[in-house]
Amino acid sequence: MDAVETKMIPIYIMGQRYEVPEGLTIMKAMEYAGYQYVRGCGCRGGICGACGTIYRIPGDYKIYSALACQTAAEPDMYLTQLPFFPANHVSSDYAELEGVPEDIYKLYPELFRCVACNACSKICPMDVPVMDVIAYIKRGDIEKAAFEAFDCIQCGLCTSRCFAEAPQFHIMQLARRLYGGKLAPKAQHNAEAAKAVRDGKFNPMLDQLTSMSLEDLKKEYIEREIEPETAGDEWKPKETKWLLEEYLR
Amino acid sequence: MKLSYLPGCTLKTKAQDLDLSTVAAMGALGVELEELPRWNCCGTVFSFADDDLMHQIAPVRNLVRAQEQGGEQLVTVCSFCFNTLKRANLLVKENSDKLDTLNTFMDEEEDYKGNVNVVHLLEVLRDEVGWEQIAGKVQNPLKDLKVAAYYGCTLHRPIEAAIEPPNKPEALNDLIKAIGATPVDFPDMTTCCGSYQAVANPEIVINRTREILTSARESGAEMIAVSCPLCECNLKENQKELGELRMPVIYFTQLLALALGVDSHLHQCEQNPADARPLLESKGLIDACSATYI
Amino acid sequence: MKKINPHKTNFIRKVEEISGQNIGLCYQCGTCSGSCPNFAEADILPRQLMRRAQLGMKEDVLQSKIAWVCASCLSCTANCPRGIDIAKVMEAVRLLSLRENIDYVNPRELSQETIAKLPQIAMISSFRKHTA
Ligand code: SF4
Ligand code: SF4
Ligand code: SF4
Ligand code: SF4
Ligand code: FES
Repeated sequence: MDAVETKMIPIYIMGQRYEVPEGLTIMKAMEYAGYQYVRGCGCRGGICGACGTIYRIPGDYKIYSALACQTAAEPDMYLTQLPFFPANHVSSDYAELEGVPEDIYKLYPELFRCVACNACSKICPMDVPVMDVIAYIKRGDIEKAAFEAFDCIQCGLCTSRCFAEAPQFHIMQLARRLYGGKLAPKAQHNAEAAKAVRDGKFNPMLDQLTSMSLEDLKKEYIEREIEPETAGDEWKPKETKWLLEEYLR
Repeated sequence: MKLSYLPGCTLKTKAQDLDLSTVAAMGALGVELEELPRWNCCGTVFSFADDDLMHQIAPVRNLVRAQEQGGEQLVTVCSFCFNTLKRANLLVKENSDKLDTLNTFMDEEEDYKGNVNVVHLLEVLRDEVGWEQIAGKVQNPLKDLKVAAYYGCTLHRPIEAAIEPPNKPEALNDLIKAIGATPVDFPDMTTCCGSYQAVANPEIVINRTREILTSARESGAEMIAVSCPLCECNLKENQKELGELRMPVIYFTQLLALALGVDSHLHQCEQNPADARPLLESKGLIDACSATYI
Repeated sequence: MKKINPHKTNFIRKVEEISGQNIGLCYQCGTCSGSCPNFAEADILPRQLMRRAQLGMKEDVLQSKIAWVCASCLSCTANCPRGIDIAKVMEAVRLLSLRENIDYVNPRELSQETIAKLPQIAMISSFRKHTA
């Protein structure tokens, strides 16, 4: 008969027992069990935050979390996905914000109800130290908050656990936006590149490309020079006249 | 001497002058305050409910952080942090069952063993440095300056968390004396400023401020020294409405830093009726600055 | 006429359990009221709250303002000749409402100026004492 026999394991989806082949991700296991994703699935690559999942293991009081698309189903998991958790988002006019902690306090004063229970950090499937991020925000350190919250994928699991009823992921997103747009030092080379574009440095190249026939354009594309994956910082294309540094020189 | 230090949230934003002048002044006295590498908000007010441990997590988690640092003492200067941390510490030291519950709940942390002592900066100045030592290091005695020492609630109440016998507050008076200024006793040294009622019932704070400023003024004080950023805010913010009662409000650590000849971070003061700079300037204690009463 | 129950009702037991205080010890001297900086903002005095609590007058106690204008200054506690920690009784009274999810302060309704002006400790303590 078959050389390989697939081992089946029991998992419990919303309390219902299913036998699924060992080694599947939770997401594939759910599909194997007959579930069809309308919500709760996006990128299947661990980055969109749509597939937040919580589970327990019999005999253990703890609550665990996973991204369904990234985590292998284990025997006896009692799980459910939590594709969405209500969390109030406050809109604001970004241009009006000043990049000060009070921007955040005014929009999300409930963050001051945090009791440092750490339930948020413990549940986070991305290992964001959510409690510490909220602590940084409470003491006005937007930069630290933005860096520590960088891995957040907005799955909402932290908010589902919050004793303070605070929408941590919206708060952290605001911190990242304030940092990125108002606090981080502006990269000088970006400004220079933008100026080069405005000054028309690349216009001849664009003019040339837009006047080409489709056939020539395809050929040009296929034959274009590609930076080797192993290239170091010193790598330069053969044609250097479009490089910014040439222009700035 | 090196001591673990928890500045607290407000000292990193609105009360930076308190944090910076504290670290500068203590440095001049040979005490290095080492900020805990990781800390969270202490919760600011102690929970009075016997059946509530949820609100003890925040202070106790900070005690775990201090324990991780290996320090026996945890120094605070914000009166709110001090009171909350100290009371939470007493609570778990006296109730091993509560400590066990908290340790079990915080299973991601090492167990708190109850060996940290929470101390206020005034206690460090009094017990570890000493008033005479401080007097000996003064470069710029604050002569002719009459300062009302305003302790507020949390340094002296409740009695088990007080920095000294509560019926006769003197630590701040002694410090004021040691730096060459004249401490002024006034009846409202430990009267509440209205505290967090600034949020829900601001008229309470205005009434408290009026009473405190009136009695400080009638006692002949020229300025009020505080250790709590909320006292500072409450006493300062309402002075515009209080007309004749205006009086400079300053952190005691700023006076200490000024006397020791290190940066008192007075430039962090906003220009407002409670700005201490014009008074200090008129006494020749600081160089001319652009601040004026408004 | 309000019903006055001379025995320990569930309400009294609950106040005592949360506060850890024996409210029966109060002999109505009024020292707490005399030390309270905020009594004038309330409808009844701390001493009157203690009496109403002793009598199990739940509605009167829960509806009175004194526990909500209390700033947890502990003057009353420091001075009570019967050693009652009145501030803890005030907290118990607040919690009996807060634990029913009845807030005294709504963080989202504070004015933007208030939030911008006040130090964090003001908001944090207010929310701890005044929100569920
Ligand atoms: S911080 Fe919260 S929303 Fe972000 S990934 Fe972690 S649990 Fe999800
Ligand atoms: S779950 Fe909420 S209350 Fe608990 S630590 Fe996180 S933010 Fe704070
Ligand atoms: S001070 Fe104590 S004994 Fe006197 S009325 Fe108040 S609670 Fe009762
Ligand atoms: S703790 Fe509350 S009730 Fe007691 S004296 Fe202070 S404000 Fe009044
Ligand atoms: S589906 Fe996008 S993170 Fe799992």
